[in-house]
Amino acid sequence: MNPPISSAEGLAGLVFLVMLAATGGGAMIAVNATRTIRAVAGLALCFVGVAGIYYFLQSPFVALMEMLIYVGAVCVVLVFAVMLAEPHPEQQVSKRNAIVGGLSFLTAALLTWGLIALSRGANWSKAAVRLNDGSLRDLGQSLLTTYSMVFELVSVVLLVAIIGSLVLGRAGRSKA
Amino acid sequence: MNILDLSNHLQTYLVIGAFLFGIGFYGLLQRQTLIGMLISAELILAGASVNFMAFNRFLAPDPTVGQIFTLFIMAIAAAEAAIALSIVIAVYRNYKSIDTMDVADLEG
Repeated sequence: MNPPISSAEGLAGLVFLVMLAATGGGAMIAVNATRTIRAVAGLALCFVGVAGIYYFLQSPFVALMEMLIYVGAVCVVLVFAVMLAEPHPEQQVSKRNAIVGGLSFLTAALLTWGLIALSRGANWSKAAVRLNDGSLRDLGQSLLTTYSMVFELVSVVLLVAIIGSLVLGRAGRSKA
Repeated sequence: MNILDLSNHLQTYLVIGAFLFGIGFYGLLQRQTLIGMLISAELILAGASVNFMAFNRFLAPDPTVGQIFTLFIMAIAAAEAAIALSIVIAVYRNYKSIDTMDVADLEG
């Protein structure tokens, strides 16, 4: 349980620390950057870190999906929105903003502290048996048997979302 | 516990999940533009997903459940991002601004 840094486990631990740093740092940039496009870049960095964390949780497929959907699609869509809506950089901190910022920081810090204390204090019990090893084959099998209904419903939700965003995007244009 | 051995402990993942949730919550309260709030909401969802994946890896009897749940969270988040961004564009077209202070009047 105490790997030297030059061994494979030690290097993996080092990579894990880098992923943790990317997640935390990217999230900080995403929330604190004044220009929205920098916030989007921070979000992309944070999602790369989260994908690495998923890889360490023995789920390479979910890590791949995280890269594809979040870094590849959601961030690009956000960049498009920034291009179309051109948000102004947030103004200098006024008095009200300082109060709101302080209060929200306090609330968020309390929430985080509570969650961390809860997770450290709780007595997590391991499952007695593991039904399978969570490989991609098991994932596909349960997706098409146990969860097939949910799978279909999600595709309906995605279809409705596509049509809905087309309708919303078109509404203003038909007047012209 | 060694710092290079962090990836084998459930608590590490729970802490990073709580951290992502807290940062996202802070951003959601403090941001002044709609796109900034959307980014913060994505961070909150990422925190929840990390928690699910951690429990899935360390505690769950069936280790596919958490992965599938995370995949569904991703699908819903993608749909949410698409809808929210078209709403942002529609708001921008009507108000010429996406600052939350400017978008304050209701009209049928």
